[in-house]
Formats: sequence, structure tokens, C-alpha cells
Amino acid sequence: MPLIATMPLWPLVAYFGVVVVMVAGILALSWVLGQRRRDRQTGQPYESGMVSTGSARGPLSAEFYLIAMFFVIFDLEAVFLFAYAIAYDRLGWAGYVEMLIFVGVLAAALGYLWKVGALDWGTSRYGKGRLPTSAAGGGDSTRGKS
Amino acid sequence: MSPTAVYLVTIFGLLIAVFTLSAGLIWYERRLLALFQDRYGPNRVGPFGLLQSVADIVKIFFKEDWVPPFADKPVFVIAPAVIIVATLMSFGVVAFAPGVMVSDLNVGLLFFLAMSSMGAYGVALAGWSSNNKYSLLGGLRAAAQVISYEVFMGLSLMGVVMMAGSFNLVRIVQAQERMWFFLPQLVGMAVFMVAGFAETFRIPFDLPEAENELVAGFHTEYSGMKFAFFFLGEYIGISLVSAMLVILFFGGWLGPVLPPLAWFFIKTFIFISFFILVRGSLPRPRFDQLMAYGWKVMLPLSLANLVVTAGILLWRRS
Repeated sequence: MPLIATMPLWPLVAYFGVVVVMVAGILALSWVLGQRRRDRQTGQPYESGMVSTGSARGPLSAEFYLIAMFFVIFDLEAVFLFAYAIAYDRLGWAGYVEMLIFVGVLAAALGYLWKVGALDWGTSRYGKGRLPTSAAGGGDSTRGKS
Repeated sequence: MSPTAVYLVTIFGLLIAVFTLSAGLIWYERRLLALFQDRYGPNRVGPFGLLQSVADIVKIFFKEDWVPPFADKPVFVIAPAVIIVATLMSFGVVAFAPGVMVSDLNVGLLFFLAMSSMGAYGVALAGWSSNNKYSLLGGLRAAAQVISYEVFMGLSLMGVVMMAGSFNLVRIVQAQERMWFFLPQLVGMAVFMVAGFAETFRIPFDLPEAENELVAGFHTEYSGMKFAFFFLGEYIGISLVSAMLVILFFGGWLGPVLPPLAWFFIKTFIFISFFILVRGSLPRPRFDQLMAYGWKVMLPLSLANLVVTAGILLWRRS
């Protein structure tokens, strides 16, 4: 099976071009046709009628960063499994055992994250005292969700 | 017709079909939800209210295309375009019927996965550039949700890839001539379907735009055509996930008597209706429950599915 497409690639490129031109065209058209209005409150952010205070560029919950890191780790490993899936029959049982070891490492990492409570959001992981530091006694105040 | 003309007809035909279908879906969903909830739904504009979407589109063209003065303007404008371009690009590899597709990529499935991850940029950038606290929260939730569910969305499909021996969508459909893959790959199908709901931000996974806590989430500050792009992007996404479900697990265009294209649309339509039925039935979970469900249930399940499928296939071979 050849590595490149079995049909020409240019239709996909042409399709991309048509899509981009169409989307840009629709946006431009609605910009031209749309009405313009300027009232006292037009330039305010909509926050359910409250007067907005402060900036929206504040600090974020650290859990989002955790998720981003898990994604990098697990999706990268998923890519290796994609490569295995397409070649599993040529690799045979030896390849299968190697894949099992790989998935085992992956599962162990997931199990560890589960155990330390990295997969639980909010206060539950703090409350249940699952963190290794809390099991060892002390150190909660530095690791807890602020 | 020359091959070039065939491709051009396919490209424009596909775009027209997708846009008409998605606009029609808005009407279809509202009517179906109304049916579930024992009311009428839109029934004034045209026969059965069929022209409601047309009226909405015309109206939305004349709405103010507001770019907030406090927003990050270039990013604010680009974000909705990113979403709609990414979802439309996925349709470029969808195999509707033999020969009816824009491009028969060898790595069609990988292309679909790549494009569905691009959607995360759209929502995250929209939330960030709006410079509104609700938008930011919605955008962050959306990004976290998409990248979490994407990990096992890909993994859940590897059973199908192994059974078909290819990433090519046409070959995957051809491999299902004896048996549709949803029977041997029931777990994979279930995981993929759940991931599909999460990737399109449909109820029960619509937390990024949960009205009662975040106003409208990442598209709070959007109006006019840019808002319509988010809205339309959601419906194009539903059609896309339904089409992929049909191709990967339900034999694509395969079926007796009727022409292949008809079978493909009938099957896709059943899944689109299922999406709407789910919207009419399920409440939405908390965000921590959503995340825990993905990482603790779906990811191990898809890994187990991969290991077991590979084992059984190798055992039957030897």
C-alpha cells in the first residue's frame, strides 16, 4: 500500500481554499450588512447585568494545567498505540507482549494519578486526605487548594 | 465529465449539502424537542415551519457584527472561523459512497482526529480573546474537556483500525461487508459515541456553555454571524460525528436494495435523531464528574478494548 493518498491530494487543498474563502466571505458580508449602534453601555462586557469589575485576565485554577499535562502524556502514548494498531498482524505475539508492557506502564501511571487524587477536582481530594503528603502527616497547607 | 469537473462538483455539492443540512437540523431539532416536550415548536414560517432557518439566516446577516472594544480583536474574529473551518475540513475525508468524497486519504481517520482537535483552539481562543470572565471560564472548560475526551476518542477507534487493517475510511467500510463493526466493537462504539458528544459540546456534556452558570460560556460576547458560526459549527459537528459513527461502526453506505448514498444518509439521520433524543432526556453533570468520568472510566475502558481486540484477532489468526 503506497504511503501517499490513493486519489489525488489537490481536491483536499482546493476544498480547504473554498472553505476559507466562503467563511471569510460570509464574515465580510455580515460585517457590511450589519447595523451599527452606539449606546452608553455598548462597550461593557456582558456579565449578567452586573457592572464588570477587574480584569478577566486573572489567575486560573491549577487543575486546568494538570489536565493539560495529562493530555500531553497520554495523547503522546496514544500515538504509539495508533502505530501498533495498524501493524499488529505483522508484529505478531512478540509485538503484542511489548504492547502489553507499554499499556501496563500507561495503566500504572494512570493508577498512580488516580491514587494521589490528581483526577479528582475541587475539594474532594483534599478532604479525603489522599495526598501522599497528608498520609505522611503535615504538609497539607502547602499542597491544598487555595 | 473529466475527473477535475467531478471533484469540483463534489466539493461544491458537499459544501452546499452540509450547510443546508445543518441549517435544516436546527429546525429539525427544535421540532423534535417540541415533540418530546409536548408542544409545537416553530410552525409558522413556510410549511411545517420549514423555512424558519432561512428566516433566521437572513435576519442574522443584518444583525450588528459587534467586536467588543475590550476584546483581543484579531483573535476574536478568527476564533469562530477556526471552529467552522476545522469541522468542515473533516468532511473532506468522509466517504459518503464509492467515489463520492473529496479526498480518499490513506490516513483519513487520523485526519479526522486531527481536525476534531483543532476545534479546541477555536473555543479556547474565543473564551480567552473575549476578555469576559464567563467566556474565559467557558473557554477553559471547553479546552479541558476536548483534550481529555480526545485521548480515548482516538484509542477507542483502534479496534476498528485493527479489524480493517487501515486508516483509510473507504477500506474500513469495505471491511464491514460481512459484519458491521458495532457488534465486535461494542465497547469501542460506546466510548466513541460518548467522546463524540463531548467533542461537540452537546448535552449532557455542554458544560462549557452551561447557561445557568456561565451565561453562554465561550460565546457570551459573540453576536451576529460570528455567533451563528458557533451555532452552525455545533450542528455540523453533530452531522460529522454521526457520519463517522456510520462509517466506522455501521457499515457506511452498505445496505440492500437502496442506492449507497441513500443508505448513508438514512443511517446518519438515525444517529442525528439520537443526538437530539439524548438532549431531550439527560441532565448535565458537574464538571468534576465529567472529568472523572473521562479519565477514570472511559480511558481504562478504551485501553482494555484495544488490548482485548488485539489479543483476540492475533489468536484467531494463529
